[in-house]
Amino acid sequence: MTTEILGVIATYGLTLLLAWPLARYIVKVFKGEKTWSDFMAPMERLFFKISGINPKEEMTWKEHLKALLTINLVWFVYAFFMLMFQDKLPLNPDGNPGQSADLAFNTAISFLVNCNLQHYSGETGMTYLTQLFVLAFLQFVSAATGIAALIVVFKAFKEKTTTKLGNFWDIFLKTNTRILLPFCVIIALILAFNGTPASFDGKDTVVTMQGDTVNVSRGPAAGFVAIKHLGTNGGGWFGVNSSHPLENPNYVTWMTEMVAQVVIPIAMVFALGMFINRRKFAYVIFGVMTIGMICLLIPTMMAEINGNPAIAHMGIQQATGAMEGKEVRFGPAATGYWSTVTTIISTGSVCGFHDSTMPMTGMMELLGMMLNCFYGGCGVGILNYYIFIIIAVFISGLMVGRTPELMGHKLEAREVKIAAIITLLSPFLILAGTALSSWVLAHHPEANWAVKPSAWLNNPGYHGFSEMLYEYTSANANNGSGFEGLGDGNVFWNVSTGFVLILGRYLPIIGPLAIAGIMASKKYIPESAGTLRTDSITFGAMTFAVIVVLTALSYFPALALGPIAEYFSLY
Amino acid sequence: MKKYLLPSVKLTVLLLVLLAGIYPLFIAGIAKMAPGKGGGVTVTHNGKVVGYENIGQKFTDDKYFWSRPSAVDYNAAGSGGSNKAPGNPDYLKTVAERTDTFLAHNPDVKKADIPAELVTASASGLDPHLSPAAAYVQIARVAKARGMAPEKLKQLVDANTQAPMLGMFGPSTVNVLKLNVALDELK
Repeated sequence: MTTEILGVIATYGLTLLLAWPLARYIVKVFKGEKTWSDFMAPMERLFFKISGINPKEEMTWKEHLKALLTINLVWFVYAFFMLMFQDKLPLNPDGNPGQSADLAFNTAISFLVNCNLQHYSGETGMTYLTQLFVLAFLQFVSAATGIAALIVVFKAFKEKTTTKLGNFWDIFLKTNTRILLPFCVIIALILAFNGTPASFDGKDTVVTMQGDTVNVSRGPAAGFVAIKHLGTNGGGWFGVNSSHPLENPNYVTWMTEMVAQVVIPIAMVFALGMFINRRKFAYVIFGVMTIGMICLLIPTMMAEINGNPAIAHMGIQQATGAMEGKEVRFGPAATGYWSTVTTIISTGSVCGFHDSTMPMTGMMELLGMMLNCFYGGCGVGILNYYIFIIIAVFISGLMVGRTPELMGHKLEAREVKIAAIITLLSPFLILAGTALSSWVLAHHPEANWAVKPSAWLNNPGYHGFSEMLYEYTSANANNGSGFEGLGDGNVFWNVSTGFVLILGRYLPIIGPLAIAGIMASKKYIPESAGTLRTDSITFGAMTFAVIVVLTALSYFPALALGPIAEYFSLY
Repeated sequence: MKKYLLPSVKLTVLLLVLLAGIYPLFIAGIAKMAPGKGGGVTVTHNGKVVGYENIGQKFTDDKYFWSRPSAVDYNAAGSGGSNKAPGNPDYLKTVAERTDTFLAHNPDVKKADIPAELVTASASGLDPHLSPAAAYVQIARVAKARGMAPEKLKQLVDANTQAPMLGMFGPSTVNVLKLNVALDELK
């Protein structure tokens, strides 16, 4: 067990070591300074020329949003039709069928919004064409969308008074060509040389040692798995995601994928400090986020390492911890660490099944997604955290009797209203969704859908409730992991989570962007002795308290019905 | 919106070529130099391919080291875990049945000595590994079925144990397929 814990510590340390230089590089790219990746510049100019875009044209926050939403709409229409008609298109060596309208709706949105909730299994529900030209493509561009939105906020922070916040197309394209693509190539090659398939060959048939005939699914997975993590997407090539021994063959690939998924979210926090020249402000944010992660991580790892009390009760030893739904090559410590990271940063890939984790772990996974701001997804993590900062500044301002200010701009009623609406949105979507599905389950158990409501739940009792709660939490957080026992392959889940996905993605992007845009256009007030300092440890503690109180108030009743009740019935 | 529509469509097409076309082809091209040429690494026995190194397979004969239970019966066309909750009564019954089966085939083993991984299903349903302890506990049965000395089998397990990465990070593992191939080749 010692080597397993050491492995987790080393992986986190390696992430920090890589995040620092990455942050410096990101800042250089978006400040337009010279970097090693300038060899991409001619290609970018060509792209802009063909597309009729002037990358030097500065945009207001509203123009940014219009461009962002338009291109997202184009991707949705494209993805939806590709998925429905994938069986009639080339690159389908295994002869997989097209998707139904509701499944295509859910899948297209899910990948569009960087969530990757998968109501299909990769081996049978997709073709190589749609895996690459729809899913992998959306994994790149949805991550770039989140980062582009965040860079606009960075620019708004930096300037004293401005309405011009850079060019959306320029930021978006550079995120793809300078950040995501080059690092994906490195990650994909590490994976390929450790055993992840990268060729376009279809299924292989082998006769095993005991004489069984077995088909082995393969395909160009290495590049897909790289962007799935670097872009905090999380949708797997194979049905079981990164627990599949081809998608994640050994400890080297485990570490690679683990570092890849959290390195950009952490680097973006450092980049914030460097970009706006307020490093202490960023360190305080980083500190709060890290403490938050540790609070979730320690109970998780302890619960998994100690094993399942019901199995211990049967008289079976669990020297390797709770092993149901886990792989021997990772073990409980690494799988626990992964489950925490993947839920706080909205990746949602798994290397062991969350449905089979201990009740304490299940609660930490749910909380990670409900908070959704400790590091957080590519770009959007800091946007979520920014909303909490606004609330914290507002409350602190009231407490000390000063006009709330942030970055030299007054915080007024309009901004606080937007922040309050965004804060209330998540609990509303999660709790209303769970209530709706519980009601359908109780009152229409025999509804004539592909999976009948009476057959939804894979586990009885409190855990069954958690399965539904988890699905909506994951959809709202754009996470994509699941308590996968839930029979979610029907029209009810496809459509209801589809709408939660859209609202849970775009409103938390529009809100912070609007607040930052409005604030940046206000008159700049130089800092004085009367200014509330937002880069102090006190303010960090205040933000942390706001996050904890809001989350506890919103979700405690639901958590009490699910994992907390399960905990007390099991221990 | 209209102003942004045409640039959006054009940029999307260009990015599709770059990110969905050129990128995976480039990776596939370089992966030709990787072990297994980017199609997965196979294991050969008596000149025949008997499986993929990283894909676990079903072993139920007493003369082989068994793999872990699988929710998809080691059918690698798909993949899957059980998704059973730790307190699910049906699940605990399944675990108890697996324990009884294991004890029936391994009369020398006490219940308290069965590592949990031998009675619980893996995440992928294709887990190719066991921990060294889960291999050791099967030595007596395999030795009896093959009429071999247990010491020799222990050496074989040790020779097939993969130590933690750099000796420090992660668990020790035994690849069951490779171990069983080595077992058949042992004379």
